[in-house]
Order: sequence, then structure tokens, then C-alpha cells
Amino acid sequence: MSAKIIQRNSKKMKKVKVDSVTIDIIESALRSARYEMDTVLFRTAMSPGIREQHDEFPMIANLEGKMVVGQFGSFINSFIAGYDGTIEEGDIFMTSDPYSVAGAVSHANDWLLLMPIYKGERLIAWSAMFGHMTDIGGKVPGSLPTDARQIYEEGICVPPVKMYKGGVLQEDVLKVILHNCRLPMWNLSDFNAIVAALRTAAIRCIELSTRFGDDVFYSAMAAMLERNKRAMRELILRTVPEKKQYFEDYVCDDGMGMGPYKIACTMWREGEKCIFDFTGTDPQSIGAINFLLNDEMFKMFAGVYMIMVFDPQILFNDGFYDLMDVRIPSGTLLKPLKPAALSCRTHALGRIFDILGGLLGQGNPAFMCAAGFSDSPHIMYSGYRSTGEWYQLFQIGFGGIPGKPFGDGPDGHSLWPSFTNVPNEFLESYFPLRIETYETIADSGGAGKNRGGNALRVSYRFLEPGEISIHDDRWLTYPWGVNGGLPGARGRKLLVRTDGTRENIPAKCDRIKVEAGDLLHFDTWGGGGCGDPLERETGKVAFDVDAGLVTVDGARRYGVVLDSNAVVDEQATTRLRAQMAGVRGAVKLFDRGFESIEELKSRCLAETSLPAPVQPQFTRRGRAKAGKAA
Amino acid sequence: MSYRLGVDVGGTFTDLLLVNEATGQTWTAKVPSTPADQSVGVLNGLARVCERAGITADKIEHVMHGTTVATNTVLTGTGARCGLVTTKGYRQVLQIARSFVPGGLGGWVIYNKSLPMAPLSCTIEADERVGAKGDVVRPLDEAQLRVQLRSLKARKIEALTVSLINAYANDQHEKRIKAIATEELPGIPVSLSSEVVPEMQEYERTVTTVANSYVRPRVQKYVKNLQSKLEQKTKNVKLHILRSDGGLASAKSSEEYPVNLLMSGPAGGVTGALWVAVQAGFPNLLTVDVGGTSTDVALIMKGEPRLRRETTIGDVTVRASSVDIRTVGAGGGSIAHVPQLTKALRVGPQSAGADPGPAAYGRGGTEPTVTDANVVLGYLPEMQRLGGEMELNRTLAQSAVKKVGDALGKNVKDAALGIYDIVNENMVGALRLVSVEQGHDPRDYALIAFGGAGPLHANALSRLLGSWPSIIPPGPGVLCALGDATTAVRDESARTFIRKFSDTSAGEVYKILSALADDAAGALEREKVARAQMRIGYQVDVRYHGQGLQLTLSVDLNELAKHGLAAISAPFEAEHKRLFTFALPLEHELVNLRAIVQGAGITIDRPLLAKGGADPKAAAVGKQKTYMDGKDCTAVVYDRARLRAGNRIAGPAIVMEMDSTTVILPRHHGTVDKAGNILIYPDGYKAKSAAKPKARAKAATKTKVTPKSEPAPKTKARSKGRK
Repeated sequence: MSAKIIQRNSKKMKKVKVDSVTIDIIESALRSARYEMDTVLFRTAMSPGIREQHDEFPMIANLEGKMVVGQFGSFINSFIAGYDGTIEEGDIFMTSDPYSVAGAVSHANDWLLLMPIYKGERLIAWSAMFGHMTDIGGKVPGSLPTDARQIYEEGICVPPVKMYKGGVLQEDVLKVILHNCRLPMWNLSDFNAIVAALRTAAIRCIELSTRFGDDVFYSAMAAMLERNKRAMRELILRTVPEKKQYFEDYVCDDGMGMGPYKIACTMWREGEKCIFDFTGTDPQSIGAINFLLNDEMFKMFAGVYMIMVFDPQILFNDGFYDLMDVRIPSGTLLKPLKPAALSCRTHALGRIFDILGGLLGQGNPAFMCAAGFSDSPHIMYSGYRSTGEWYQLFQIGFGGIPGKPFGDGPDGHSLWPSFTNVPNEFLESYFPLRIETYETIADSGGAGKNRGGNALRVSYRFLEPGEISIHDDRWLTYPWGVNGGLPGARGRKLLVRTDGTRENIPAKCDRIKVEAGDLLHFDTWGGGGCGDPLERETGKVAFDVDAGLVTVDGARRYGVVLDSNAVVDEQATTRLRAQMAGVRGAVKLFDRGFESIEELKSRCLAETSLPAPVQPQFTRRGRAKAGKAA
Repeated sequence: MSYRLGVDVGGTFTDLLLVNEATGQTWTAKVPSTPADQSVGVLNGLARVCERAGITADKIEHVMHGTTVATNTVLTGTGARCGLVTTKGYRQVLQIARSFVPGGLGGWVIYNKSLPMAPLSCTIEADERVGAKGDVVRPLDEAQLRVQLRSLKARKIEALTVSLINAYANDQHEKRIKAIATEELPGIPVSLSSEVVPEMQEYERTVTTVANSYVRPRVQKYVKNLQSKLEQKTKNVKLHILRSDGGLASAKSSEEYPVNLLMSGPAGGVTGALWVAVQAGFPNLLTVDVGGTSTDVALIMKGEPRLRRETTIGDVTVRASSVDIRTVGAGGGSIAHVPQLTKALRVGPQSAGADPGPAAYGRGGTEPTVTDANVVLGYLPEMQRLGGEMELNRTLAQSAVKKVGDALGKNVKDAALGIYDIVNENMVGALRLVSVEQGHDPRDYALIAFGGAGPLHANALSRLLGSWPSIIPPGPGVLCALGDATTAVRDESARTFIRKFSDTSAGEVYKILSALADDAAGALEREKVARAQMRIGYQVDVRYHGQGLQLTLSVDLNELAKHGLAAISAPFEAEHKRLFTFALPLEHELVNLRAIVQGAGITIDRPLLAKGGADPKAAAVGKQKTYMDGKDCTAVVYDRARLRAGNRIAGPAIVMEMDSTTVILPRHHGTVDKAGNILIYPDGYKAKSAAKPKARAKAATKTKVTPKSEPAPKTKARSKGRK
């Protein structure tokens, strides 16, 4: 089964020599087109998730399906391989089924649209974009049930289908999909917005191809990929050692009382090729925290991370994919078998970035960043108002960016590209709630020469009875520090009932009933510290204390002694620092904040008021598969 | 007989344009700027221009001025030490901002956030709470507030901002805090978010109001100083400052709401360009102002500049309307380089600045800049003296550009052409943002280029965009002063009115708009504008219920009375389709209502250029070897001062004047119009109907300037806040 691409003009594109300045011009024009896709989407989408928080990813690919500019790596070839039908001018495809596109989208809330771009009856490029839908039906509002065991419980899942056939919207198909969603107008509007963005990209590509000629446009894109490959080859040779580097990290629990789940990866270089092997990763979960990790997407993550750390000037695209080999054993948490539930994959997805940091950093400690806010925690709040009107909130949380060699991590920010918070005044005017506190938590950022960003506290006062769902992590394990930096603080969720009862609620939960007047403190987690805190300039510590971002007590983690007016006692500081350095000895490359998982679990109840998760039970299927590959 | 004076203070020169309001006769003057105290230069210029006109200074009734004082205060980080009062629980509103990390996936690795304009150590919380509907949830704890305000006094703040949650819906607590602060911190100016920008979104409202406080003491001092110096010369003078949105603010309102002046300088350029182009018969145009480090571009449709609801200066973005000017880090001083890993040619955003400047300036710069490329290509002839005095060193330019050539494996000329092409492409990127991205086809627009380096790139930019003609006005400096002088006094009144169409009526909307118009007209009357001379425009911001964007539409009150709310609905649907290709089956929602009132414009009589024949050879002063479109060619060099109306200059050619140099490419030609503009077209150009000069004013030089715009979302918030 493979799609048939229909082109009435069968003349093949010719590789021609393109002057390097022309390549640069086409490169900047495509880059502008990619940002224009975002602009069009944000202006017209309706769900706060896309409109305000920008949970979306655009892409423009060459006619062979390789991403030339964009954010998520190309899946087009696996799409073509898996689609049984024709691809024609004016078609726009949609899918939300991770299993049909090898994980290019990783849960069914992400609607992926794909458009072949034709000019003169020939395929010249592709545009694609996906965005997170606030709701796609299923057993809980928001469609991310923590207790799902199969993808069928997670709302409507759309296989690759043609939504536009020769430019004509297939209204019946859309009707069926929208009928299954709790907020169909949001879905409709967001769908239209994505289509508008794809068309914008198409217009730009056609203009460019007209201006320079089809062959030049085609060849320039090829050259851009080649240019990127050349740069990445250099980067890999320079930064990835041949010696195997190993790193592991965890997803704390699965929302069903089991955890933590281990993600393990070994990285090494053979010649110019960089290999990532995930053998050792736990088998797939029986719950919904599985993350179907697309190989190409992982290459993009790894490539982007390397570029950002080592040379941010490099334009990022698919060109270097041949230089990476990603090995993920199937049946594991990162390559679960259908129909494993996937909706709550956000934690494992985020943790991949910590893994990358840990792996790449070992060979280049001077460039190593700490662990940070590697997640996008959600809160859902829904119910009926006293007027009988349905309300449904989906919101993404923010936290501490890691300390990094280039400076402190910002407080209460996002690790994801272009994400922004929703203004609280907007929330208060559209949902029955008040945000009583919106601030970062002092001392929650890991101490370091460069401080980790502080976690964010958002206190929700609910004004109508309803139900909440929470998806968060790092409540058990810590965001680790590096090169002597200390770990950041863990997350916590505290529900204060109107009668004053205080209840620590789990990081992953659904259908928690709340009454009008109840108050939820949603504390995310801080970023790990980077570098030796005893080397941080005392002036910077005093500045943070004066600003209220670090307390006078918290300053002692840096060995800095201050009076209540945030004035440094230099003598006492010198003494304290010497004493702390003596006790501590040499700095640790990684500081995870625990000795072993057992030791961590043993203090879990006392520290978090929540019982420690138990050793995960795996499905027979997952265990067998994962075991074999390992 | 009364006169008005337009003043533009640039980095090097202060330009002035004096207008006799009765006859429209004008006089200009150019004097050196005095950066330490700009008012000195202004006064020098005033004396000079009065002398030329043979009048005494007391004949001047209005001085209209675009200023960069607010802009520079932000860019150089030299604003006031600001205190901030927030609602309890929101002290870190500026620290958290919108949680946004720029730079795409992994961008956080290299992102270091700049500090907020109001330091956290000077931010206090008021124990109070207003709900989203304006209800008081918790009254203000005044005793505690007083204690906290005293702590700010100890911190020696110089300005105070109050920005409370939901204050856009109820300003009562902010007002009370202002009263208390006036007692506790006498002499410290207080800015309220409910006055500066009474709109939803706590971060944007706070950062805008803090920016207002931040620039306020400096702007206040400058305006007061200038006003009093002017008053010594001319008793009854009224000083007006050009706002970012191209309107005029009174001296008093500039002192209170200086956040509206952040783009005052560039707005003058756009309004001046507009005046020139409309006069030449091109009401649709793209403006390009190329400076040393950056290029500002804007789009003008049917004689109205596009406005946007925010202003960005450096890394600060505030909610204040401004002419939609986009800036790219591409100017004469932008440095070209070739990164090791990719071997791609990049130009900017790093700039050689004024010091050392381009290599060709011979002040020790060695990095290849755009100016150096222009010198190597022969576009800036060695006989040109920049600003009348600066010599260009071709040898130094060549050795700088050679660095890029070596890295690319190209000869010096091709490397220079590469730099020229790439920087043009970067400018085109900005022009696309204001045109195609907003749904406008650049081929329907003419392009007007100014700023020292604009005319070097105009022809090439027009060719890339298909925007013809390229208009090169004479004397780029006086352009801004012209913009200042021709701006009409203008005020507006706005109100947030969030209603689904089913929850309101045409009658209610009609009533509010009329009341807003009365309010704005009253303000103009205080500026001595007679009501009979005022022109009133109405606007509404509309969206689909639940949508984040809002589209600004002009409303005709008669249409509203006749057709009801359909007079708003139908154009909204059409505009949404035009911009985004689709409409939605959803209810419409009003967001803001606005009335804009402006005084009558003035008639200006600019001197005509003497008429000459088609042959420009009387102006030819030499020949220059150039490299254009990848070929060596010899361009004729002309002295602009000697060109006459009707001259037709065939490319390749170079036209020199004191503060700019124009390049005309091969297979293009420039014609000189009566006003002295050079209009560049490709040979054999056939105008698309939209770009044809239309309605060429009868006497191209004597044009009634219609006051600019209905545009303009609200700026200053004279708004009543909520309903």
C-alpha cells in the first residue's frame, strides 16, 4: 500500500547549479513563509491552547518530503507509504492517528494537516502543520484520560483522510469528526486556521518557484539540506565522542500508582554517524504515558539541541538525517504497540530533552545545561455553570528554565518554542475562576553558578462546582543540576477546601470534584542549577534576594550570608563558602537529588504526603517485545 | 498672519519647515543637531528659518515636532527608577511576562532575559481585588499600602506605576492608590494602567504603563524645557508632539502619556513620505527609510498609513498604537559575514554603528558593511561627500569586502553584489510583513525611499517587489519636518465594550459612538480647533465570539442607523475572508468602540522646480565605473541640484545630493517631476491600473492635505474604561 502522486506534468525537476546567494535568498524567503504560517494561525484560531499558548508546529518540505524549514521533522514519506489513495493538486490531508504516521503526531489531540503544493501541474513542495485540539471527545473533558489503557478511550482518532479533494472540502467527513468533540466550534475554527496557514505557505512556495524557476527552487532546497548536512557533520564530529555515553532519566509515575518509568539511552559515534540506542528503556505502560517517538522527530530534537548549544546560526532542517541512527526497541515506553494508550505522552516527550542534555553534555561538560522544565503540565477544569452553560478550560503550565552555561534560567517560562501563557484576566472573564496568586516560587530554582529558573505557582479559586484533571510530573524525581549545580524543587498540587481542609493531590489525576470556593495551588517545578553555586557572584545572589526570587535562607545554598536587608556579609560568606567546599569535596557532574530510586521512594510519603508509586507492571506484549530487542 | 513650524531632530541635522498658514508658502532650514540638549538646535533652526522668511518668531502659533527622546530613553536604558504597585499575588507580573522564550525549539539554551523596567525590589502588592466584571471582591487595605509606599520612598523611586488586576473593568482602586501615593510620595509622577491603556491583559497593560513611567520624567523635562524656550521667543505658541500613530499630541498630553511617543520620529518620516507621494499622485505606497543600523518600512493605502496596536522598541513591546512600521537590522552599517560551518553569506544584524562605521569611512573599521559594498560597486562614487564632508575610501572598502569574497570563493565585485542582494532581500522581508502578510499585493503600490541610504536600494527593492515607481523625494531630511508640519491636530476617545451582537443594538452602539465623538471634540476645542472644522470618524473592533484577534472597521453612523448592526457584520465577514480565506458560522462580538476627531489640514505651497527638457545632460557631472546586475558598466553621475522638471535620466546612472545618493539600474529610467521627485520605472513599463498615478492633483504642488486617517486604534486612553 502506497499513495499514488498524480502529476499531469511529468517533466522531472532538474538539478541545476544555483549561485550561493540565490540559495540564501530562497532560504530567507522560506524562513519568512514558515513564520507567516504561525502568524496566520494565531490570528484566526479560536482555542486558547493554539491562539494564546501556541501549541502548534509548522513545516515546509521539498517535493521529496524532506523538511526544509520548520519545527517537527518530516513524516511525509511514512505518510505516503501508509496512505492508500491518490495525492492530487488541491488535496489537503488530515490525520490524528499516531500509529498511522509512525508517531509524527504522538497523541490524537494533535491534528496534523498536510498539503501537497503544485505548480504547473507538478508537485514542487509540501506544507504541513499540526496543532493541539482542546478536546476530541472520549471519556474525559480534554481527552487526556490518565487511566486509559487503549487509544480507543482517548477520543476520536482520525486516520489519514482527504479533507479537501481537488480544493473541495469534504464536509461530511468534517461533520463526523466535529460531532465527536465537546467544543466543535473551537475545532472547526482551529482546523480552518491550519488550512489557511498551509495555503499561505503554498502561495509563498509558488511565488518563489515562479520568481526563480522551478528547477532553481528545487535545487536550492536540495542545497539547503546539503548545507545543513555539511554543518551538522562538522558538529557531530566535533561534539559526539566515539566512546559510549549513557544517560537515564524517569517519568515519575503513570497516574495509576506505578512508577517511576525509566528512559535509557546510549549515544556514540561511528565515523560521521551518531547513534542513539534506547535499549534499557522500560517496556510500554499499561496506561496513557506512552510516547510513540518518531525516529525522525528524535533526530530533529537532537539536531536542534546540538545546534542551539554549539552554533545557533545553523539553519535547521532534515538534511542531516542520514548522519543519525536512532534505535528504539519496540514494545517500550517510546515505541508502544497499537492500541496502547498515548494521550498523556507529554511527560516522556519532555524528558527526552533532559536525556539529550545529559548525553551530549558528558562529552562537553562546559556546554552542559541542567535539567529543566521538560514537560508541559496541563490543568483541565470543566462543568456546568449555574446558568446551565458548559465550560471547559485546558491550560498549559510553565516553570523554571534550566541554568545553562550562558546564563540563568528564566523564572516561570516555557521550554517549548513560541508557547505563551494565557492572560489571567482573559481566564477570569471567560471561565468561572479567579487566579489569586501568579508568581514564581522563591528558592525553587536549583542553586548554581547560573541559577535554575523558579517554578511557577498558580492558585485557582474555583467559582463553580466542577471537575479538574491534572497532568504533571517531577513530583518524585528532581530536575537535576550539573557541574556542581543543585537540583531544582519538585512540583506539588495542593487543594484547599472551603472548610480549610488541605489535600495534596497527585500529579496525574482525573475527575477531582471541586466546589465553588475551593482553592488549588498548582506548583510546577524549578530548573536545575548549572555550575558551582559557591562560585556565583555574591552580588547576583543579593540581587535575587532583594527581588524576592531567593530567600535569605535560600542564599545559604550559595554559601552567601546576608542580613535582612539583603546586604552581603562578605566575611561570613567567605567563611561559609570555604566550609561548604570542604564538606562537599569535588563537584558532581550530575546531582539528581537522590541516591537510588529505593532511597527516593523511602522518603516519598514524608516529603510529599503522597504514597510512593509501586514497581510498574508491564503488559505481556510490551515486555516480550522490549525484552527481545534488548 | 500666522505660521506653523515643523521640526525634525535627526542624529546629524535638525530640519525645519515653516508654513504661512494663509498662503501655504514655505521656507526650510537645516542646522546641526545638538544631541546634549536638542532644544538648542531647534531654537537655532527657528531663528534661521524666521530670518529666511523675514518674519519675527512671535508670528509662529504652532510648533509641530517629532522627537526621539522617548525612544532613546528606552534604547539606552536611561529611564526613571520605577516603582510598581500590583494586586496581591501578582508582584512578578513583569518577571514572568508571557512566559515566552524566543528562538524556536531549544531557543532557551541561549536565551537570557533582560530585566524588567520596574525592578522587583521596587514592586509592592496592594491587598485588594476586583473581579472580572468590575465587582470589588476585596476592598483596598489602605493602611498597609501606606506602609509599603513609604518603603518605596526609601528606595528612591522617580516614578510610580499602578497596575491592578481587572483595573480595565473598574479603576476605583487604582484611583484611590494614586491619591494615597500623592500624599506619601509627593512630587513622584503616578501612571495608572486604567488611564494609560484600559484594556484586558494584565502583562501588556502593566508593561505599557511602566514604560510610560519609565520615559516620563525625561520626556517631561524635554517638553517643558522646549516649551518654555519657545515661549521666550513667541508668546502664544502651542507645541504639539507627533505621536507614534501619526497624530498630534498636545505638550501636556505628551508629558502625561509619553508611551505614545515611542515611534514619534519614524512616524514623522512616514507622514512626510505620504505627503510627498500623495502630491505626486501615488496614494498607495510602501515607505522605506534606510538608516545606518536599520531599515524602517511601512505601508500606506489610499493615503492612510496602516496602524497597529503595539509599539516595539528594542526588546520592549507595549500596547500603544503606532504607524505599522517594521524594522529590520539592515542598514548601511550592517556587517556581512560568512559563518564557518554553513559557508552562507549573512548580512547583519550586527552593525558597525557610527563608530568606527564602515571601512570606507577610514575611521578604523575593518568589517565589510553594506556601505562598503556600495562603494565597491561604484554606487557611492568617490566624489560623493556624505553629509557634505565625509570622504569615502575605496581601497579600504575593497579590502574589507575581500574578506567575504575570500570566504565565498568570489571576487570582490561579486562578493559586494552578494552583500547588496542579501541586504535587499532582508529589506524585502520587512516589506512583505507590511504588505503580503497583511493581504496587500506590493505590485499595487509605489515605493518611496528616503533616509541616507534608501535611494541606493530603492530601484532594486522596487524590482524585487514589482512596486513602481520608485519615488526618490528631494532632501530626505526635510521630509520628516514636512510630515510634522502637515499633520492635523487629532484626538480620539475609546471605550472597551465587549458585547455579542445579540446582546446589544445598533441604537446603543450609535449612542456610545456619538458620546465618544463629543468627548474627543471637546478635547480639540481646548486646543483651539473650531468644531465646524473638525472631521469625525468612527471605528469598531470586531471579532468572532471566542476569537483572539480583532479587526478594526470604520463605521458610518448613517449606515448604522439605516442597516443596523449589519453595517458592521457584512464588512467584517468580507475582511476576515480577504485576510484569512475563510469565514465562520459564529456570532460576531464587539470589542472596542472609538471616535476619532481631527482638525482641518493646511494648504502648502512648495516651490516648483524649473522646467527643463527631457535631456538631463546639463546636470551631468561625471562618469563612474559600476558593477550592476553582474556586469561592468559605466554610469553617468548627475548633480541633483541641477536637474530640472521633465528630465529623463536613463540607467545606469547615479544621482548625488548632499544627504543621499540615488542608483538607477540598467534598463530603468528616472523622470523628474515638478516637485523635484525622481520617479524610477523599468524601461517599457506598463502600469497595472492600480499603480498608475491617478487623480494627479491639478497643481501638483499646491495640494490640500487632507488630514490623515480614520485609522488608528486608540492610543491615549481618554477612555472611560468600562461601561
